[in-house]
Amino acid sequence: MRVLIRNGHIVDPESGIDGVYDLLVEDGRIAEINGFIGPVANCCEIDAKGMYVLPGLVDAHCHLRDPGYEYKEDIESGTRSAAVGGFTSIACMPNTNPVIDNQSVVKYILNKAKTEGVVNVYPIGAVTKGQKGEELSEIGELKFAGAVAISDDGKPVRSSSLMKKALQYASMFDTTVISHCEDPELSDEGVMNEGYRSTVLGLKGIPAAAEAVMVARDLILAEYANAPVHIAHVSTEMSVDLIRQAKKRGVKVTAETCPHYFALTDDACEGYNTNAKVNPPLGSGKDARAVIEGIKDGTIDIIATDHAPHHVDEKNVEFNLASSGISGFETAASLAVTHLVKPGHITMAQLVEKMCANPSRILGLSKGSLAVGRSADITIIDINEEFTVDPSKFKSKGKNTPFAGHRLSGAVYYTIVGGEPVVSEKILIR
Amino acid sequence: MKLKNKDILGLKDMTAEEIGHVMSTARTMKMILESNSKKTPHLQGKSIVTLFYENSTRTRLSFELASKYMGASSANISASSSSVAKGETLIDTGKTIDAMGTDIIIIRHPMSGAPHLLARNVKASVINAGDGMDEHPTQALLDIFTIMEKRGSLKGMRVAIIGDIYHSRVARSNIWGMTTLGAEVGVAGPSTLMPPGIEQTGVKVYSTVQEALIDADVVMGLRIQLERQKKGLFPSIREYAKYFGLDEKRLKLAKKDALVLHPGPINRGVEISTFVADGEQSVINEQVTNGVAVRMALLYLLTRRDSVEGPY
Repeated sequence: MRVLIRNGHIVDPESGIDGVYDLLVEDGRIAEINGFIGPVANCCEIDAKGMYVLPGLVDAHCHLRDPGYEYKEDIESGTRSAAVGGFTSIACMPNTNPVIDNQSVVKYILNKAKTEGVVNVYPIGAVTKGQKGEELSEIGELKFAGAVAISDDGKPVRSSSLMKKALQYASMFDTTVISHCEDPELSDEGVMNEGYRSTVLGLKGIPAAAEAVMVARDLILAEYANAPVHIAHVSTEMSVDLIRQAKKRGVKVTAETCPHYFALTDDACEGYNTNAKVNPPLGSGKDARAVIEGIKDGTIDIIATDHAPHHVDEKNVEFNLASSGISGFETAASLAVTHLVKPGHITMAQLVEKMCANPSRILGLSKGSLAVGRSADITIIDINEEFTVDPSKFKSKGKNTPFAGHRLSGAVYYTIVGGEPVVSEKILIR
Repeated sequence: MKLKNKDILGLKDMTAEEIGHVMSTARTMKMILESNSKKTPHLQGKSIVTLFYENSTRTRLSFELASKYMGASSANISASSSSVAKGETLIDTGKTIDAMGTDIIIIRHPMSGAPHLLARNVKASVINAGDGMDEHPTQALLDIFTIMEKRGSLKGMRVAIIGDIYHSRVARSNIWGMTTLGAEVGVAGPSTLMPPGIEQTGVKVYSTVQEALIDADVVMGLRIQLERQKKGLFPSIREYAKYFGLDEKRLKLAKKDALVLHPGPINRGVEISTFVADGEQSVINEQVTNGVAVRMALLYLLTRRDSVEGPY
């Protein structure tokens, strides 16, 4: 199948393209990019005039809940949700049941993604068996089965000694450890960011130090082990500062944040809104501004979704009892456009770095670029089209979003995976 | 005048007028309470359920007597004896109570925001009888009533709230209510028990109990839960009493006729000395009486929201 995308504004920092071109897809690969491509036989043409043509978005951090929690999400619904949000490749976290701590679970996910998924799925293995923080999982086997990184996401690796060993051992296999930074003693039974808002609501606060203390520890351990560490969902000013300093010192650290950490503050918890309950918690305005600064100056490499779908029953309860997490696939790109690109914090080229090139590089995927010869994973976005977030329309089973009713810019018109359109004219067709 | 909302969830959103209205109704109720015949027909035909997920003696009894004195049918549910233990959600429990034709549900819950969740899901009026660390509006209203009875108004009054502010829903409700009525509220206690950002509510945070007490018109002690010590929030009960307890010597820093309040139950010799609690300036027992009057007023006003009659 051939696809010819005409007149779109192509942005691909990796091949140095930022302008209006035609792009031809042939046999699932990028075949040609040119100012004008003549008529092509047996070809589906897409008019992308006025739109951005980007490398398919790559999500370095999501939860597909499959196996084990299919009532929240499964690979079929999760990948469809991702496609609607413009993602063509997604890396899913191992806090499933069973945990992705051995090669058979990796294979289960890869097989199921092949038959039921509509985007590329890359499992992330667990650092420790059962994510219990006690013994390393079989990291080598996980890697060769197809895991693209390891993480105990959802909880930290409590033991500094075990974390040190994980960094040392994983680096032998060219595997990055993704760290969920949270000092559980400091976060204790907290349910939102500690500050004026938590005081007013009478909810137990999580101090910003709970994240930063663990970020500092992991930076020290990564430096010691001379091994790469990737800091997941950075949410506080202190963490951004620590990572910035460490990068200057040459520590092999990369970092990600999520749209809710720059688009919202803990004010969103007002009225005991459980859809704003997320871990790490939404921070102060100062934290949100620091996260934006970190994105701008390169301290933060990736914007990931941390797509964390939950069943409605898990959110329609007391705030303390509600599950943490935001269903993020279907708003991430628009939130980045609305809160980062539109106000002029970053360019579209930087957006592509944060949402395509960097996640691809850090996870070792050959994605995130439109260079000729690459597999044709393409996302076409009209960044000027506005819409109102309506969770009932989500393809994800998780309707849990604090952005319901928000007016956002940036509509995903096409998501093309390996040359095959999955989303066409904003409609999911597979 | 009528109450603006279906529910009494907190004093944060209550206006000075509404509080004033509750106060004047409570004054009438107190007259009934002090009369020989504590029986009125105001709540005849109304049904009231108390739904308590936390232990309580005085608040529950106070509400129960308030409903009985006014002729309501009332029933009580405790977390331990109800379907809560079997894992029914709060919303389901609430809807069940609602479906039985209940007019008012009085809820106490260890989690902040639980009454709000309930209120959103039932037709009945919901009264918050204390939720987590959020609010305890009826306690603050009875505190305000007690002060107004003695001093006429809260305006310009210097109020010192001393102790575990962090965990105290009583402190929060009083801060909202008293600042709304124009009092100058100061707080003091161990810094480990001072909630962050509390100064943004309009109170002054003092670094010592002594400073907070200077020239105070009203001194409010708060109950310190002794198990907080186990969590490392203060070193020992002994040291707490030494630096943060209300004793006669410290009380002298306040105005000579300063009122001493405490929501109870009291840890004698810890946050308040026996001599202060039982002393001349203490209005702790009057608070309890006034609690019934204030709760009678609230029950009455909530059941009158739909009627065309004027205020009582």
